[in-house]
Amino acid sequence: MNAAALTFFQMRFVNKAFWRNPASAFFTFAFPLMFLVIFTALLGKGEVQLGGRLIHQSAYYVASMTAFAVMTACYNNIAIGLAFQRDAGVLKRTRGTPLPSAVFFGAKVVHALLVALLLVVITVTFGHVLYSAEVPTGISLLQFLVMLVVGAASFCALGFAITTVIPNSDAAAPIVNATILPLLFLSGVFIPIGDNAPAWITWVARIFPVKHFADGIQAGFLGTVFHWSDVLVVGLWGLGALLVTLRFFSWEPRH
Amino acid sequence: MARPTYDESAIIEVRGLTKSYGHVRAVRGVDLQVARGEVFAMLGPNGAGKTSTVEILEGYRHRDAGEVRVLGLDPGKQARLLKQQIGIVLQSTGVEQYLTVAETLVMYSGYYPHPRPVDEVIELVGLAAKRNVRVVKLSGGQQRRLDVAIALAGDPEVLFLDEPTTGFDPSARHEAWDVVKNLAALGKTVLLTTHYMDEAQNLADRVAVISEGLIVAEGTPATLAGRDSARATVTFTLPEGVMPPADLGARRSAGGVMEFAPEDLTVALHRLTGWALERSLSLDSLRVLRPSLEDVYLQLTSPTRPALQVDDPSDLSED
Repeated sequence: MNAAALTFFQMRFVNKAFWRNPASAFFTFAFPLMFLVIFTALLGKGEVQLGGRLIHQSAYYVASMTAFAVMTACYNNIAIGLAFQRDAGVLKRTRGTPLPSAVFFGAKVVHALLVALLLVVITVTFGHVLYSAEVPTGISLLQFLVMLVVGAASFCALGFAITTVIPNSDAAAPIVNATILPLLFLSGVFIPIGDNAPAWITWVARIFPVKHFADGIQAGFLGTVFHWSDVLVVGLWGLGALLVTLRFFSWEPRH
Repeated sequence: MARPTYDESAIIEVRGLTKSYGHVRAVRGVDLQVARGEVFAMLGPNGAGKTSTVEILEGYRHRDAGEVRVLGLDPGKQARLLKQQIGIVLQSTGVEQYLTVAETLVMYSGYYPHPRPVDEVIELVGLAAKRNVRVVKLSGGQQRRLDVAIALAGDPEVLFLDEPTTGFDPSARHEAWDVVKNLAALGKTVLLTTHYMDEAQNLADRVAVISEGLIVAEGTPATLAGRDSARATVTFTLPEGVMPPADLGARRSAGGVMEFAPEDLTVALHRLTGWALERSLSLDSLRVLRPSLEDVYLQLTSPTRPALQVDDPSDLSED
């Protein structure tokens, strides 16, 4: 098999295992929809000032929960899954076969991307039907898809990279959540930050990739401006994460 | 020990292998040679350097010094090529819990250029009845069979089994042994590590005892460290007050058992039984003892290494 065929072959098994694991399937799909319903019910009546525009909050949540779903499907799933596979010895075993590392990782990325796409379709359909959210079309759809693919791949790479500081599978979920949750809040994914946020929050959001990704995803839904610089920043984080992974990734349990 | 010479029939060749982790010298100059079709056991206590040695052969670790060839390849430089032709059963290994036995094997065999048919592999390790059962539902022994099946998926020339039965209950161990015997019957070369004497004795054509990073003895399980030629001890019991012929040099040991270690066993037994017959004495509990593999092993791997003692041998002859 060539590399592409082997990646697809490998992805089929990643996919089978994913759907049969109740935890991964539940957290990946139920959480974003649950949050969408909760946040919209709690805060969905108002409007928020974003980039000089007044945005209805239910529309805002459809867009930001879409971004949230993609980040979870990529970063959380991959990091926690890998930490478990490493502790269980699955990674070491794989390392003992001729399967190229790039194919092993590539299959996970492609799978996460497909799950992310499915999540986008579900979240957007849900939001469109329940909250009459707008759906990106034309050029904004294209921009949305570029951001989606670059973002999904980058958050997968960040998921690989974070495993280098996860000591064991027990620590995986706490470390993953400790790294992503504050950023989700500080990047306005759960609660819109608006234009008058404190400077330090704005700076945190400017440095880390979460807000850039969320902005890029939201643009297509909210009619805000799409910045290619957001794609660039997210992509650079992904590239950096890839380099960290290549240098420090461990196939064996860390002691 | 003589330096092994390179030989085309040798599947695994190791000379002067060393490996340190920080200040710990795990492997301190190991020489090994395993021939095609041989089942070779590396026997040693935990921390003796077994796993380090095997993992260097498998391409998992880099060696500090020495020469290593597996199937004529250098595991440090030609790992990808080597991995197509070897099968590995690791000490602690995992498989994706949510795939079935058959799915798992289809997946792994897809990684190899010339895989063995999946159903054949399943049959070989005796998992046919569990073909469509998810890994999470298998027993410990069955999971180990699956480990071996995965190692066989690529139809390898050489199999590495690192402590294949550690932590197993007796029936699971025997299951695993049967699988290894099947492999040997297929003509595969097998290198296994173990710290169980009976495992080495049951499975291996040849055994190397490794201790503190060095191979301290090598041979067949029956002849290791001169087991076969070590002087035998004869023990028996006699009724109260009866003493055996003085020329045998028997002495009464702590438990009231008479024992002696004759130079010529046949002559001495003839003399003893003849003497007993003349007196219509029954030699209760007559036994002939030689050092067991375990005695040899314990003596070779003990930190002080005293000379081989046969004072307290366990029984070789089945009662």
